[in-house]
Amino acid sequence: MVAPEGEPAGPVAGDGRQPRWDGPAIVVEDVHKSFGDVHALRGIDLAVERGKVLGVLGPNGAGKTTAVKILTTLLRPDRGRALVEGRDVARSPAAVREIIGLAGQSTAIQEELTGRENLDIMGRLYHVDAGTRRQRAEELLERFELQDAADRPAKGYSGGMQRRLDLALSLVAHPRVVFLDEPTTGLDPRSRMAMWDVIREMVGSGMTLLLTTQYLEEADALADEIVVIDRGLVIAAGTSQELKNRIGGDVLEFVVERRRSAEAAQAVRGLSGAEPIIDAETGRVSLRVGTEGSQALVETVRRLDELGIHTEDLGIRRPSLDDVFLALTGHGAADEGDVAGSRRDKRARRRSDRRAS
Amino acid sequence: MTTATRPALVALDIPSPPSWRRLRLAGADTATLTQRELLIWMRNPAFIFFTIIQPVMFVLLFRYVFAGAIPVKIPGGYVDFLMPGIIAQSAAFASFGTAIALARQLQKGVIDRFRAMPMARSAVLLGRLSADVVRLVVTLLVILGIGYAVGFRFHNGALPAVLMLVLGVALGLTICTVSAYVGLAVKDEESVSSFGLVWLFPLTFVSNAFVPVGTMPGWLQAFAKNQPVTIVIDEMRSLALGGPLALHAWQSAAWLAGIVAVFVPLAVRAYRRAT
Repeated sequence: MVAPEGEPAGPVAGDGRQPRWDGPAIVVEDVHKSFGDVHALRGIDLAVERGKVLGVLGPNGAGKTTAVKILTTLLRPDRGRALVEGRDVARSPAAVREIIGLAGQSTAIQEELTGRENLDIMGRLYHVDAGTRRQRAEELLERFELQDAADRPAKGYSGGMQRRLDLALSLVAHPRVVFLDEPTTGLDPRSRMAMWDVIREMVGSGMTLLLTTQYLEEADALADEIVVIDRGLVIAAGTSQELKNRIGGDVLEFVVERRRSAEAAQAVRGLSGAEPIIDAETGRVSLRVGTEGSQALVETVRRLDELGIHTEDLGIRRPSLDDVFLALTGHGAADEGDVAGSRRDKRARRRSDRRAS
Repeated sequence: MTTATRPALVALDIPSPPSWRRLRLAGADTATLTQRELLIWMRNPAFIFFTIIQPVMFVLLFRYVFAGAIPVKIPGGYVDFLMPGIIAQSAAFASFGTAIALARQLQKGVIDRFRAMPMARSAVLLGRLSADVVRLVVTLLVILGIGYAVGFRFHNGALPAVLMLVLGVALGLTICTVSAYVGLAVKDEESVSSFGLVWLFPLTFVSNAFVPVGTMPGWLQAFAKNQPVTIVIDEMRSLALGGPLALHAWQSAAWLAGIVAVFVPLAVRAYRRAT
């Protein structure tokens, strides 16, 4: 295979030690992965330009973790291929490991050791020399606001501090591509915001970042581009704005007495191009209103008032992952069981599949 | 897969480093992880308890509570009989930590993280086992010190005494490989600590560690006489107190080598699969 002339797609003669690669930092082509009869990935394609942040958005069990495991050489794809800075994850896994960092749900922190010791041992495992290690540890402790806790065992760290240390551990050897697998899942809102700040600060130095998340706001806040995956397939890709436009932007929502919900929905029909959706059980009516939220809000209040319908919880909210999923697939982003998880999970999933069928 | 619009990307061809360099890095990684495991061990009160305080309590318990009730016909009395046995038993029980630590690291995802790093894959197991050797030596020396304080003496010279300790460490390390396999195969810290290591009890107690096998019922003797821990303890006693060495030396070596030959490949396979 020879890359056509003028297209700097293949390997370019470099200095021998660090071969140059002019293609995208991450390339995934038609990757499939199954665990027994569970098809975690059913042919996904991705490309991330160097220095960009890709948000991989999807519910539990969509295949996010499997994709990250393949890109970080922990799993081999059944079919297709994945390149990280031009290195094939299946054919040159050792070369991939040299240039990546991985952090997220699973933690590399050893709780008995202090923050500084954790960083030092990681540095040694990346074969960084002692002087550079000390300097790098200092730098990372400061950047992640862990100096005060640096010499205390990580056991006593808060959840947010542990995630920050974990992230710092993945950056010890200046990776060129970093994978963050659900970096804020399970954190309280304040720690999540702090984590976002840290991640924002991280990028921008030419580092490429792929992060998976279940939260649209998170992808929105951090990613240059977003791909939405569901049941092992990429079902949408684009910038956050493009996705939001695609699903109709903001959502207007209110709750009325259940018996009057149809009437209320009828009243707001036509306020936007979208159809109002009624949740018959709770009496909640929602309508995608694009960017015309405030106008629609005023009009809704007026119309419902005219009909004498009393509302609760009236407001505009940003679309959630559930809205994205509803719009793109027609089903909600319910937990589908983590496909890449343990065998127990897979068995449970098979059981629930049987129940469903 | 080539399309008209996008040229096929040709992956970089990265030669793997020469084997001498890989070997050197594997050595460095093993040393790093050995240190890491030892640091964790020293910081963890529970580990210190199981590997040092508990064996010391066993020595005192058997020396002063049970000794009077157990008849042995050797010149030095029960304490001389007991010490090689308790050293073997403690070495075997020290392998608890191996299984629990590996299961915990797998469960927490630490091992996954290590595997996504440019370190030698063998270093996780090798580092674990070399830390275990250090741990065993420390534990056995502490027990021996207590033994000396309560009346135990070597009667067969310095070199056999050292060899007895080496054999004790070898037994412990061998059982650590079994334990490593259990930890990696069970993968769940709770299960490992509650029932993953019950097999250690019959192996160490249904042996000649604390009582002469002749005091057991006949059906139990058949097992107790021929199982590896008894054979190793026989050899350790001969080394410590004097007695025939040759037969049990070969049998001990064969047993330990056989167990290692079975369980190291099993542990490596479980480690490869555990993602």
